[in-house]
Amino acid sequence: MTLLTYRSAVARGIAQEMRRDPNVVFFGEDVAAAGGVFKTTVGLLEEFGPDRVRDTPISEQAILGAAMGAAMTGLRPIAEIMYSDFFAVCWDLVANEIAKSRYMSDGQVSFPLVIQCGNGAGLRFGAQHSQSIENWAMAIPGLKVVAPATAADVVGLMAAAVRDDDPVIFFNHKALYASKEEVPDGEIVDRLGRAVVRREGGDATVVALAAMVPRALAAAERLSSEQGIECAVVDVRSLVPLDTTTILAEVAKTGRLFTVEENPRLCGWGAEIVSIATEECWASLTGAPVRITTPHIPLPSADSLEDLAIPSVDRIVDTVSTALSR
Amino acid sequence: MFTDATHTPAGTDDDEAISTEIALAMYRTMSTARKFEKRAYDLFLQNLVKGTTHLGIGQEAVAAGVAAAMRKDDYSFITYRGHNHLIARGTPLPPLMAELLGRDNGLMHGKGGSMHLIDVERGILGSYAIIGAQLVIANGAAWSAQYRGSGQVTVCFFGDGATNIGAFHEALNFAVIWKLPVVFVCENNLYMEYTRIDGVTAVAHPAADRASAYNLPSILIDGNDPDEVYLTAKRAVDQARAGGGPSLIEAVTYRHGGHSRADPAKYRDPEEVRDWLTRDPLPAYRSRLVASGVREAVLDAIDAEIITQVDEATEQAKAGAWPRPERLHTNVWSDGGATWRN
Repeated sequence: MTLLTYRSAVARGIAQEMRRDPNVVFFGEDVAAAGGVFKTTVGLLEEFGPDRVRDTPISEQAILGAAMGAAMTGLRPIAEIMYSDFFAVCWDLVANEIAKSRYMSDGQVSFPLVIQCGNGAGLRFGAQHSQSIENWAMAIPGLKVVAPATAADVVGLMAAAVRDDDPVIFFNHKALYASKEEVPDGEIVDRLGRAVVRREGGDATVVALAAMVPRALAAAERLSSEQGIECAVVDVRSLVPLDTTTILAEVAKTGRLFTVEENPRLCGWGAEIVSIATEECWASLTGAPVRITTPHIPLPSADSLEDLAIPSVDRIVDTVSTALSR
Repeated sequence: MFTDATHTPAGTDDDEAISTEIALAMYRTMSTARKFEKRAYDLFLQNLVKGTTHLGIGQEAVAAGVAAAMRKDDYSFITYRGHNHLIARGTPLPPLMAELLGRDNGLMHGKGGSMHLIDVERGILGSYAIIGAQLVIANGAAWSAQYRGSGQVTVCFFGDGATNIGAFHEALNFAVIWKLPVVFVCENNLYMEYTRIDGVTAVAHPAADRASAYNLPSILIDGNDPDEVYLTAKRAVDQARAGGGPSLIEAVTYRHGGHSRADPAKYRDPEEVRDWLTRDPLPAYRSRLVASGVREAVLDAIDAEIITQVDEATEQAKAGAWPRPERLHTNVWSDGGATWRN
């Protein structure tokens, strides 16, 4: 076991796959010589050289175009879009080209590529460098969507993403980069489409993703110690494919569903999970499912405002406690 | 007309002879493309080709000339006006026609249609219907070939309208800094959809004038002359294969019809249309071949054979079944299915 930051897990996950398969290449803005603006890819250039680890211009369309063309001709590229907000300037490649081309060609081409990015709020960057956009990606048929909450998951899910023959959008959460945990040594390989129950509990099920997972866990501890409410916490980890089996099993046990997401309120992944639970698990529900989200606003920069926008431990505790007391 | 002092005059620095074999292959490609597209037009009028279709009638020399300069395993990236390019690389006509008719025996079993043709087996890595996207994607294929040391060259076709898209500029810069084995070929048919390109573009030669800004030579050619296209493309493809990096060719040509089947093209000056029709590449090339000693009977035989092929392709397409309902849910993912949850 090694104490690993989420930040260093990014480089470890990429390096693990590059060592295994010479067709894996990695490129993006400031990722090679500089080691990434968040120091997430330090050491990759030194180990794998400039043929496989490349800096690109600030040209997001060119980056994703290169990833697509390389993937359809034998490589397994990992491309980085520095901040997930920047997907907006290359959305054609993501939504129209990479996502649709397998279907349109009825299987003539595959796109074994990974697009990783820094996603989410918490660093006071303001609306254009803080958004969580996994819902955008989730809405498009043909894309797989992954958002790890722990260092071990960053490594294991990156391995699963690189080995997958479909395009995967890999959302690293910026606010988690400094978090640390003991991670097993050696190769870690996870699989996509498997949610993990991080905490058992019989009173309510809290379903969370990425940076909301540690908050949901902290809220669950407080609810337990202060009010005797025991919450199960499910880390979704992968929105597409979605592990509805694990989620619905937990909801069935507790009868109460809370989703915690760092997204604007409209059309979030939490709404999808609530919808699935309502349709398929109605008889088990003992109360209305509740979504805990950011308001439907662009994100503000100031500490106090950003903290107010993103679901906090306090808000999760209050929401669960109030709903269960009704 | 195309020996503008600021551009590389095409074909002046070589005296390569074009073999009769290559010349006849180019004639066959142009004639096949012409007859195929005329049939596609008829079928559209009969409401058998649905949606929309973009014909390249008048532009066949570009596809024919470039394809003749390519190796069998090279890659083509093309536009939604792409029938000519598939035909030039050898896609059989029956699955091509059946795809236009949305039948199960179509190239993509009816999932792509006229705008999204792809034939990986023959190196056609997609017809792109969002203007300009293919330039950045072509770079990726070129990089992959470079990385794998396969010696394959990627040729990326685009229209004049794409030169005002951001992806055009990102792609050229990227290809040059990574010294990619890619040849960009602008099919400048003078019209960006319904609008003359010179009315909405700051430079006279939309691709060639901008090439030098990215450290590429400005190569401007007569896109209605298959020999000139072939010789220019051969130099560019050979250079890319030898590790000499990317090139950009602007081939000036003319679309005989409108942008799509919905467009009668009434915005064009009749004088201009008449002038370009006199420069129709197909009869012009036929005359050149005859003047160089090819017997009319040889060309007539090729044409007759093509008509038979187009007829057969049409019959096979019409006889094709509609795609089975289960195809709706196949091939979203690499496991062949469409399942997004367990």
